[in-house]
Amino acid sequence: MRNIKLNANIKNCDDFYSKLLAAHDGLSDEESENFNSRLILILANHIGDERILEEAIEMAKEK
Amino acid sequence: MSENFEKILYKYKKMVDQDFKNPSHHRVVIVGAGPVGLCAAIDLTLHGVKVTVIDESEKVSSGSRAICVSKRTLEISDRLGVGKKMLEKGVVWNLGKVLFENRKIYEFNLLPEEGHEYPAFINLQQYYVEEYLVERIRQLQGEGHPVEIRGKNKVQKVTAQKNQVLLDIETPDGIYSLSCDWLVACDGPRSTVRSSLGLDFEGQIFEDNFLIADVTMDVDFPTERRFWFDPSFNKGQSALLHKQPDGVWRIDLQLGWDIDKEEEKKKENVIPRLKAMLGEELNFNLEWVSIYTFQCMKMEKFKHGRILFAGDSAHQVSPFGARGANSGVQDADNLCWKLKLVLDGSSPESLLDTYNYERVMAADENILNSSRSTDFITPKSKASMRFRNAVLALSEKYEFARPLVNSGRLSTPTTYDGSMLNSSDHMNEPRRSRVGAPCPDLPLKDGFLLNKTGKGFCIFCFNTETKIDKGSFPVDVKIINIQEDSSNRDFIFDRFLGEYKEAIYLIRPDQHIAARWPFFDANSIKKAICTAMGN
Repeated sequence: MRNIKLNANIKNCDDFYSKLLAAHDGLSDEESENFNSRLILILANHIGDERILEEAIEMAKEK
Repeated sequence: MSENFEKILYKYKKMVDQDFKNPSHHRVVIVGAGPVGLCAAIDLTLHGVKVTVIDESEKVSSGSRAICVSKRTLEISDRLGVGKKMLEKGVVWNLGKVLFENRKIYEFNLLPEEGHEYPAFINLQQYYVEEYLVERIRQLQGEGHPVEIRGKNKVQKVTAQKNQVLLDIETPDGIYSLSCDWLVACDGPRSTVRSSLGLDFEGQIFEDNFLIADVTMDVDFPTERRFWFDPSFNKGQSALLHKQPDGVWRIDLQLGWDIDKEEEKKKENVIPRLKAMLGEELNFNLEWVSIYTFQCMKMEKFKHGRILFAGDSAHQVSPFGARGANSGVQDADNLCWKLKLVLDGSSPESLLDTYNYERVMAADENILNSSRSTDFITPKSKASMRFRNAVLALSEKYEFARPLVNSGRLSTPTTYDGSMLNSSDHMNEPRRSRVGAPCPDLPLKDGFLLNKTGKGFCIFCFNTETKIDKGSFPVDVKIINIQEDSSNRDFIFDRFLGEYKEAIYLIRPDQHIAARWPFFDANSIKKAICTAMGN
């Protein structure tokens, strides 16, 4: 059984999504990749729970 | 300063047994008079075992080499009688600065835990460590101990026989042979003993090269460790600046694996590199320069019949984390008391299989840590480079990212979880002092706990007046009663008692915890001693 949340958890999801895209506006591919790396580290630290992080990594491997 | 490592410490002398028709027989022969071999020689001598050390050179290590001496190594050295001298000469450092490209990202303070006799680390040139260890051997010889060091004795051939080992040794007076019950190979990463037996190093993960230089300068930098990721003076690689005694600074410049070593070592190439790092206007003297090449690997087994491998001959790691010489000294610490019990017939030979189990486990831990550091310092893919740079960028502003910065995880001793010498743990906490762990130090009214253990097994009784009949134990055991007082109460609860009011700890001769109980039971103690002796 998974511990990671699988139900929709972001209230204003359209707002979030457009903010995420806006942050990439005008960035080169390289800059976008670097941005994403920083974002992943910031979010991972906020989550902290190693079980959740491991499950997230496994889920992201699914294509 | 360079005369320090030109000193002849064990000059070649022709020994009578070189002319014997048949090889003379020795109990234990140690090959290699580096820090590991010398520590083993002292430890076995203190145990009353006759030891012969042979080394191809007559001098201490050339150059500063392994400079970071860990707390555990200092504690072991204390038991051997040289810890205080090392501490007195060494540079104690706590402050570290991390730089990315050319700007400082953050600084950290090791803030060593209080209530220990020795600091987390000191910096001390390897030639001093070796000199002090040889002095200690001379002192023991003066007291009548039969330990000897034979300089300019180069191992040519090793032959493993059923219950002994035969050595062919080359000297200025020709080749002679000797035999021994046990051979301890401390002859470094290019071990002749290992290659003579056709045993291979396995599990090569990567290779890297470092330009290592000792310099003296006419400015006084603060006592701190500076570590650069990707600096402009060493693009795409790392750099380290560290203070040593006598105003000598140690510089490590990572060069990568694909280099021309002879070119890199030339003064005309080294000087501009150092100037770019230290600044054009700074005057410095280059005392010693070398290229250090390492491959991260280990032997599959550290025990092969009557031959035991310790230190770099058995395992080699990257320099990040000071896990080379420090882990080698811990190999010797783990091995010597076991060898003594086997030589005395008090324990079966299989006790030495636990040397293999416990120290292979430590080598795996060290290789894991140093491989992770290397992955951070020298990213192998675009994605890992991005994450590395993201960690460094974030750590400049945010504390949360700093623990992810990996410029080497500094050497700490391994806990021997799962060792067959462990008895079952009767306490839930403190976790740091679980069975198999190295015993933490503790301040007492008259000194510190760890330097009272001596060379054998010990029982620590915390807050309990226990009448123990030592007569029923299979070996001599030292009993130390410890009553809490206002000055050490917190340390005792944090390190030994946890939720319990009293406790009994059984400590092995290498100061690892073999068993613990929150109550006294003579039979359990007796059984645990037998288990820890491999019986």
